[in-house]
Amino acid sequence: MYKSTLAELSVALESKKISSEELTQIYIERCKKYNDSLNCFITIIEEKALKKAKEADKKRASGTGGQFTGIPIAQKDIFCTDGIKTSCGSKMLDNFVAPYDATLVKRMNKAGFIMLGKTNMDEFAMGSSNETSFYGPVKNPWDTSRVPGGSSGGSASAVAARLCPAASGTDTGGSIRQPSSFCGITGLKPTYGRVSRYGMIAFASSLDQGGPMTQTAEDAALIMNVIAGFDHHDSTSAEEPIDDYTAKLNNSIKGLKIGLPKQYFDKNLDKNVAGLIEDGIKELEKLGAKCVDIELPHTELSIPAYYVVAPAECSSNLSRFDGVRFGHRCNEPENLSDLYCRSRQEGFGKEVKRRIMTGTYVLSAGYYDAYYLKAQKIRQIIRNDFQNAFKKVDIIAGPTTTGTAFKLNEKINDPVSMYLSDIYTVSANLAGLPAISIPSGFIEELPAGMQLIGNYFQESLLINVAHQFQKITDWHQKIPKSYE
Amino acid sequence: MNKSAKWETIIGLEIHAQLLTKSKIFSGASTNFGAEPNTQACAIDLGLPGVLPVINEQAILMAIKFGLAINAEIPQKSVFARKNYFYPDLPKGYQISQFELPIVNSGCIEIKINDNENKIIRITRAHLEEDAGKSNHDEFKGKTGIDLNRAGNPLLEIVSEPDMNNAKEAISYLKKIHSLVRYLKICDGNMQEGSFRCDANISIKERNQKELGTRTEIKNLNSFKFIETAINYEVERQINLVESGELVIQETRLYDADKNETRSMRSKEEANDYRYFPDPDLLPILISNEIKTKVEESIPELPDAKRNRYQNELGLSEYDSNNLTTNPDIANYFEEMVRITGGDAKLCANWIMGDLSASLNKKNIGIKNSPVSAKMLGDMINLIKDKIISGKIAKIVFTAMWNGEGDAISIIKNKDLKQVTDSNEIEKLINDIISENVAQVEQYKNSSPEKKKKMISFFVGQIMKKSKGKANPKQVNELLEEKLED
Repeated sequence: MYKSTLAELSVALESKKISSEELTQIYIERCKKYNDSLNCFITIIEEKALKKAKEADKKRASGTGGQFTGIPIAQKDIFCTDGIKTSCGSKMLDNFVAPYDATLVKRMNKAGFIMLGKTNMDEFAMGSSNETSFYGPVKNPWDTSRVPGGSSGGSASAVAARLCPAASGTDTGGSIRQPSSFCGITGLKPTYGRVSRYGMIAFASSLDQGGPMTQTAEDAALIMNVIAGFDHHDSTSAEEPIDDYTAKLNNSIKGLKIGLPKQYFDKNLDKNVAGLIEDGIKELEKLGAKCVDIELPHTELSIPAYYVVAPAECSSNLSRFDGVRFGHRCNEPENLSDLYCRSRQEGFGKEVKRRIMTGTYVLSAGYYDAYYLKAQKIRQIIRNDFQNAFKKVDIIAGPTTTGTAFKLNEKINDPVSMYLSDIYTVSANLAGLPAISIPSGFIEELPAGMQLIGNYFQESLLINVAHQFQKITDWHQKIPKSYE
Repeated sequence: MNKSAKWETIIGLEIHAQLLTKSKIFSGASTNFGAEPNTQACAIDLGLPGVLPVINEQAILMAIKFGLAINAEIPQKSVFARKNYFYPDLPKGYQISQFELPIVNSGCIEIKINDNENKIIRITRAHLEEDAGKSNHDEFKGKTGIDLNRAGNPLLEIVSEPDMNNAKEAISYLKKIHSLVRYLKICDGNMQEGSFRCDANISIKERNQKELGTRTEIKNLNSFKFIETAINYEVERQINLVESGELVIQETRLYDADKNETRSMRSKEEANDYRYFPDPDLLPILISNEIKTKVEESIPELPDAKRNRYQNELGLSEYDSNNLTTNPDIANYFEEMVRITGGDAKLCANWIMGDLSASLNKKNIGIKNSPVSAKMLGDMINLIKDKIISGKIAKIVFTAMWNGEGDAISIIKNKDLKQVTDSNEIEKLINDIISENVAQVEQYKNSSPEKKKKMISFFVGQIMKKSKGKANPKQVNELLEEKLED
């Protein structure tokens, strides 16, 4: 049962093949069994989950259940959960229990999903390997000497090892798509503003976007139907009407124009990964899609622009962690300045501090124009690049990552090389576009993902293409052997 | 050459007016003053992880209203920015404010600087921002208490050009803005509760010198009186410094009302680099012409127009008109009285500025809470006009109304204060007084016309006393003269 997708579990519960309590029990057992080695959960919610499962069974029995009533899932520990610790992977919030649910959590709870736990992540979502977490690194279930990617590495690892059928993630520069690629699952970063950011602890407000991490594109559609849509608590959430994201799953993609950006198949790309992506594109061509070479000429500028904008916003967003009202406070502060300095010094990890300092610098008087303003201009140029591309093509396809999952400790002391590995994902964040990563094959038993980028609010089309691809491939069904 | 002749003072003011919205600028928490600490601070005001601000539309409309009232430009697009600094009562570590693109640009108002001279004061900008909380350093030994009830209250910061040259002009400008925001119903103007606060930027330069001197910023000014004394103190301090060969340092100074002095708070070097940048949590505010027109239509008659109307149409003096129009509550009270009395503006004005103001001041209450309503006072004036009571008796009636003894009619009835206008009765009173003062009557008859006039008032006084003030003085005068000359 634990290998089932959300779609399958919904049917199984509806047809009473299994109860929610049994199902929840199975997943909790798996979480407890494998968390020691994978470290993908910061909090496992056993009692409450089982209690909710029993309630779900009653609801289904009385005919008041919905499509998702009683299906267990996991939430990234960046989403605030009422009464359950929300650490954001940081010592700073190791003692923090939010008094409210994030909108995404609220909507999933209301739809009947049962929260099994809160997944591990890079501290404040800053990292591409899950090694910056205060709770220790998450391991990749395909090879536990390797990273699962980040920052939503806990969610990716947990779904890949089938410790939960699906999980939430957030993506600021690739944090849903890159770990999805490294762990062989499906991860969708929606259009900026499609999913409410309320209750999602902010890293870089103009880039952050929550989304589903699932086994299949169909499951991503199911979760999008629950979490997408305007939220009056989030002024930046889009008022654009939402789709039924499952409605177009089976549409033919015959005649679909796919753009292949020259800049995504460059020297940075591992040759083997390039081969997989090319094979994947051939599959799409078999389905009737037409491929066109396109240019995204300013791709190279995306990394420097991103590493100005994101730290700038983070330096301000993380100012509230000052030891005054919540979170870590140092012992016996001598005075106010000491309280601030030591609380933050002790509460934040190295990468977070690096970004706060970078961000503070680029916003400082005399540097603002040279860095922040210039980065914003580049952002506009990158948006324009995409808009020019979408005049010619319906979607853009390419690799999600430059290679497969790297070794633990391989890049953690070389931040620049770590940053550069985000080259194919950050552009979609800078432009605010939706993008999905889907499993496209294996290199030496390590998965790699293909990335599809769509125009604004074209999630349905991305999911449609991904679903058609998954109908003729089985990469997404592979489970790492030790977790079968 | 005296000091003020040699030195010219340059003053610019920053006013923080708390907008009269029911809820905070970015959250749904109440803005009511005086609640238990931290009972009016929600997750958003506390800056909890994950929360987001949502702009209160009322605050935007109020800012536009102010902008239109000062003939300012309301740009189509304005942007919220984060002002970053650490302070315990600033929950997010930044204040949401406006920086490069404020909601109101370049307006102006006219102030009176002497009997026949007006001056235009330019207003650089007005922008929306959230208030911080309050730190309490006194109540907890060795610790600081934080009250976040005020955090997130909507403020309109109104920044003037350095167009004022002395404390009097500064006060005149402040009073004008104070009056305006209350007319517009966008701020209650309560200075004690901090809903209307002011910082002053002050510098001096030698007359004829072109460039401005180094300025200091004086904070914590929360009454007109303090503002005036603080400015005068600071100007004198700067002149003394420069005349003794020292330099004015650019710094922020705090006014201490108890000692009547300003003292240094932080120098320019210690000043924060606020690292302003557009707040990514909030969309730009876009203002259409339709909104502007709609807001414009909601602007009531403003003090200047009212004052002119009082002078031209109601025939009041400039002094009276000024007094009645500064506070919209007083103007409303006055206008209701004028309606009730059928247009006896001068008499209404005299009563408001006389007995009523004196009583209100004594109890330190506003006209809105006056125990004597405009209706009651207007009705009483009608009784004076109808000669039911004299002006003198009216004072007794007013005091009784003030003390809650009912309306004028019932008080007159209960206290038997109705004016005596029956000429037989008045004649009887006069006869009594004449027979009681035979010697004085003799003296009167032998006096010169001038002396007679003086003596008449003696007799009138006696008669009024005897009638307990109820006799109609005009009738008494006329009859008395006749009788005495007999």
